[in-house]
Amino acid sequence: MLLEVKNLKVRVEDKEILKGINLTVKPGEVHAIMGPNGSGKSTFARALSGHPGYEVTDGEVLYNGKDLLDMDPDERAREGVFMAFQYPVEIPGVNNAYFLKAALNAKRKQQGLDELDAIDFMKVVKEKLKVLHIDDSMLQRSVNEGFSGGEKKRNEIFHMAVLEPALALLDETDSGLDIDALRVVSEGVNAMRSPERSFVVVTHYQRLLNYIVPDYVHVLSDGRIVRSGGRELALELEEKGYAPLAGARK
Amino acid sequence: MTQAVAQAAWVKERRDAAARRFADVGFPTTRNEDWRFTNITPIAETTFVPAAGSFGQAASLVAAVNVPGAVRLAIVNGQFAAGLSDLSAMPKGIRIAGLRDGARDGTDGLEQHLATVFNLDAHPLAALNTAHLDDGVAIFVTPGAVVETPIHIVTVTGGDGQVVAAHPRVLVVAGANSQVRIAHTYVGAKDDVYFNNAVVEVVVNEGAIVDYYTDQRESERAYHIANIQAHVAAKGVFNSHAFSTGARIQRHDVGIALKGEGADCTMNGVYLADGDRLMDTHTSLDHAMPHCTSHELYKGILAGKARAVFNGRIIVRLDAQKTDAKQTNRALLLSDDATINSNPQLEIFADDVKCTHGAAVGQLDEEAMFYLQARGLTRIEARDMLLHAFAGEVLEGLKIPALREQIETNFFAALSRDVELKA
Repeated sequence: MLLEVKNLKVRVEDKEILKGINLTVKPGEVHAIMGPNGSGKSTFARALSGHPGYEVTDGEVLYNGKDLLDMDPDERAREGVFMAFQYPVEIPGVNNAYFLKAALNAKRKQQGLDELDAIDFMKVVKEKLKVLHIDDSMLQRSVNEGFSGGEKKRNEIFHMAVLEPALALLDETDSGLDIDALRVVSEGVNAMRSPERSFVVVTHYQRLLNYIVPDYVHVLSDGRIVRSGGRELALELEEKGYAPLAGARK
Repeated sequence: MTQAVAQAAWVKERRDAAARRFADVGFPTTRNEDWRFTNITPIAETTFVPAAGSFGQAASLVAAVNVPGAVRLAIVNGQFAAGLSDLSAMPKGIRIAGLRDGARDGTDGLEQHLATVFNLDAHPLAALNTAHLDDGVAIFVTPGAVVETPIHIVTVTGGDGQVVAAHPRVLVVAGANSQVRIAHTYVGAKDDVYFNNAVVEVVVNEGAIVDYYTDQRESERAYHIANIQAHVAAKGVFNSHAFSTGARIQRHDVGIALKGEGADCTMNGVYLADGDRLMDTHTSLDHAMPHCTSHELYKGILAGKARAVFNGRIIVRLDAQKTDAKQTNRALLLSDDATINSNPQLEIFADDVKCTHGAAVGQLDEEAMFYLQARGLTRIEARDMLLHAFAGEVLEGLKIPALREQIETNFFAALSRDVELKA
């Protein structure tokens, strides 16, 4: 089992947002987490990534059998958890390539691998850039600074491609993307699907799931998973909306 | 023969006038507006012994800050040290003069320029330095010479356990349309208490371009006072970049007078302080003539119980129409106990000018910290990356790559030296 979430409760400031989430993800699976605004789906992704603003009040999360909640955010990352941010942060003065090289080497060090020098790093990077239709110049700019919405999301997926996580959390990666960018981002994700790598895709819209086809769909409402199913559940949601589900939880 | 110059009548005259001046005013106290936040009683109350010409660690300290390819001028305890200098790369167009026998190329120009750039009434400690005037280094750049070889002044201070005072003195005279880059490193015996009271005078003649990079990495227990004053003639350019990580108390005065039309200057700095260090920077920009531009950017990083003082004075005189002056001062406080007193001081007498100033004090951006951590960087790595980026704008101005690398390495070392900074 790659990820086991048991009765996860999370508070943001003084408000309980997640009220007991249970979810199991096996290697190679793609799980979509859907739900209306305020249902807690982004909170779920952020809590798993270790954001300090999201306080776990109850429950357990095992990642490869280890207590994920006991790890600092950077440990989680080095252990292979990646989060593609809904709002990637602009960091003036920090070169994108320099940062990514540091991140990759932090992970490699953890794995007992040699750190990559600038030349070997660029070899890794060039390949990934092609797949994601990313211009070289994005590497030499400050992290996300002045990037368009689409560039930011592509940069997230680019980071993911370079860091090769075992578990990727995509937090509303589709928001703010036009259809072409959505296709590029999805192709990037699909190119990374493998029997060893799992995805938890948080999204409001079914649209993304036309491109990244999930194995399972879970619907969140008011901090709980109220329905789980296969891909057809997403299509049903598109047709009927989230409203009928508000009753389903009771 | 040059030994005699230190005894020359004009030197004695300037020395005595400065001594009288200092005797009148003494060490400034916090009642003096310019020293309101910087209490140097510990200096005034310490009995310093006159420094010897050298001390045990001098050679190794000089070697540790070697900038490959540069001409090195070593000043040990205020005295030019030919033995620790390296003049093998001496380029054409440079003349090194000095008051004492250590200097290489005679004494021409000294009487004309030495101790002329300062208004001693406004700078009591520069008066104290001048009262000790008997040595130092003078760099003359021949008119029209474009000097590619960096000139590296290394001021090294220590007393083999004795508490010494030194008064290093530097003079730079850049001839018309000449260009030169000068680095000045202040270093001292680790853990030694000493008082280093430096004065740097710079004369930038018409159309000349002078870069002056200061790297203050004194002993953590040292008292470091340095005063740079520059006069810039028409179309001349003076760029000052200062990096400070050392000393228990630092006081930097940087004063630039733009005295000819079309003169331009940059006055940048980064300081990093932790523990109970005090970093005081007083800058003064005198726009005396029309069509001059100035760019000023100071950035501070403060941790622990460190204190910083930033005072940025800009005077735009009545005749200085079409002045374009910009001053920015930013500080990051990494702890609740760190403080900064920031004081922009604009005095504008001309009416057709552009003058902006901004000051901002903040903390590390926690969302940026989380973003970096979520990609696998530890909290310390993430913090160092953000602090390096914060300083980056100023570091970029360093046009001597080997020096920049050295300053960056020292910057990261300073970031890791204190537990409070690690938090």
